[in-house]
Amino acid sequence: MSYMSLNEIETDCLEKGITFAEAILLDDVNERGVDRQTSQRTMAGMWEAMKEADQNYDASLRSHSQLVGGAGAAMKSYVGEGRALCGKFAGNIIASALAMGESNACMKRIVAAPTAGACGVLPAVLVNYQKEYGTSDERITEALYVAAGIGQVIAGRAYIAGALGGCQAEIGTASAMAAGALTYLGGGTPSQISHACAMALKNLLGLVCDPVGGLVEVPCVKRNVIGAVNALSAADMSLAGIESRISPDQVIDAMKEIGDQMHPTLKETGQGGLANTPDAHAMFADRTEGNGK
Amino acid sequence: MNLFDILGPVMVGPSSSHTAGAVRIGQMTRKLLGEKPVKAKILMYGSFSATGLGHGTDRALVAGLLGMSPDDIRIPDSFSAAKEEGLVYEFGTANLSGAHPNSVILEVEGENGRELNVQACSLGGGRIMINRLDGLDVNCTCEMPTLIVHNLDQPGHVAEVTSMLAHKSVNIANMSLYRDKRGGSAVMVVETDQDIPAESLKWLEHLEGVVKVTYINVTEGER
Repeated sequence: MSYMSLNEIETDCLEKGITFAEAILLDDVNERGVDRQTSQRTMAGMWEAMKEADQNYDASLRSHSQLVGGAGAAMKSYVGEGRALCGKFAGNIIASALAMGESNACMKRIVAAPTAGACGVLPAVLVNYQKEYGTSDERITEALYVAAGIGQVIAGRAYIAGALGGCQAEIGTASAMAAGALTYLGGGTPSQISHACAMALKNLLGLVCDPVGGLVEVPCVKRNVIGAVNALSAADMSLAGIESRISPDQVIDAMKEIGDQMHPTLKETGQGGLANTPDAHAMFADRTEGNGK
Repeated sequence: MNLFDILGPVMVGPSSSHTAGAVRIGQMTRKLLGEKPVKAKILMYGSFSATGLGHGTDRALVAGLLGMSPDDIRIPDSFSAAKEEGLVYEFGTANLSGAHPNSVILEVEGENGRELNVQACSLGGGRIMINRLDGLDVNCTCEMPTLIVHNLDQPGHVAEVTSMLAHKSVNIANMSLYRDKRGGSAVMVVETDQDIPAESLKWLEHLEGVVKVTYINVTEGER
């Protein structure tokens, strides 16, 4: 990827008079040496796979540890009863994020975005956005380019792996990607897309990766929810004209610095934080895996 | 990392390193063996052996050996698929010092009796590296067309391979040479920008001193 900063993308959009999505598409065409249609076909395939994964949720499945499953359906029926405090749209986003996280934990097919553990964030907001606003698949595919472009800059400047930067690098990045995609769909400028991304990431800075038993289950599934809802609020703030006081690329650099300073027990080793609570130890006391045995 | 390493891969969960990467290791091992595996001893190391069961790493490795891709929905049921396809497998732990935490050794035997020992690791995001083949370092990711030539450690083989590639207008992206001892067994790992024609691979196979030619190109259709 030739873009090492969000600022470069913004400048390119301004100079060439193109959208954020178009800039990323052109970059992919150039970097991989493929034609435009091939790139778009691949991206459209990712969107199809996301929708399919959303539809294929099976509430009866339980994960290997039996700790995860069914929450997506419970949330969906609660929202269906009209009881959700945050309303139907946000409520359904919560349900979809839980469902996708659970599908992943139960070995169903998902799209890593940017990682498998954070696979629920982007589809949760996009699937429900399409349902709410009747957006075309082509337009959602454009938004996916925006998301992927943001993810690539973060991967280049910082990390997207929990083992390297904690959960802020996984759910934080997914949330920044989703915030950018939503801002694009909402008609935001390239600068507004970057600021939405910055605000989403800022709000998750410092989030550690402390999976119980070392598995992508607890708290990973529910962290997809905060990633999705946070993306929604960051996009709304940006579209309202609110900006991040720290420039977007510097927020990404701060995420890297925090990740570097994060203690190893809090970086996907399953040793610290929630993974080190008495409840977590009790869950895995009689198991042969997950506790380093 | 390309755009679809960030958005993607499409995969069966729960972990890109412990599940998707493990499937790819199995898949590459099958390709490297060059025939249908009937027997496999799978020795896991580090995080693979510590949390592998919960991540389905065991089922993922077997799925890969059966030729499945990381997005194959049959991965969770690969053990029963192995029974149907006549693949006998056993699991154990490996003692490796200084290896990548997500490493595995696969000792496989094919239907025509061909045997292979592969040490590989999962780098994250579904990307993998084959570290050793039959005890010799290779360290290739198989992300580009990759030519692996086992030959006797004697003068001229590198020139034969590189002139063949030049003749076919194939550009070399990376190249490494390994050997066990002077005059012993050597391995050449060549990553190229273009596909290598099948007839050129055949020609290589018949050269004196060339023991084995393996070619992996999984880039086709992925772009």
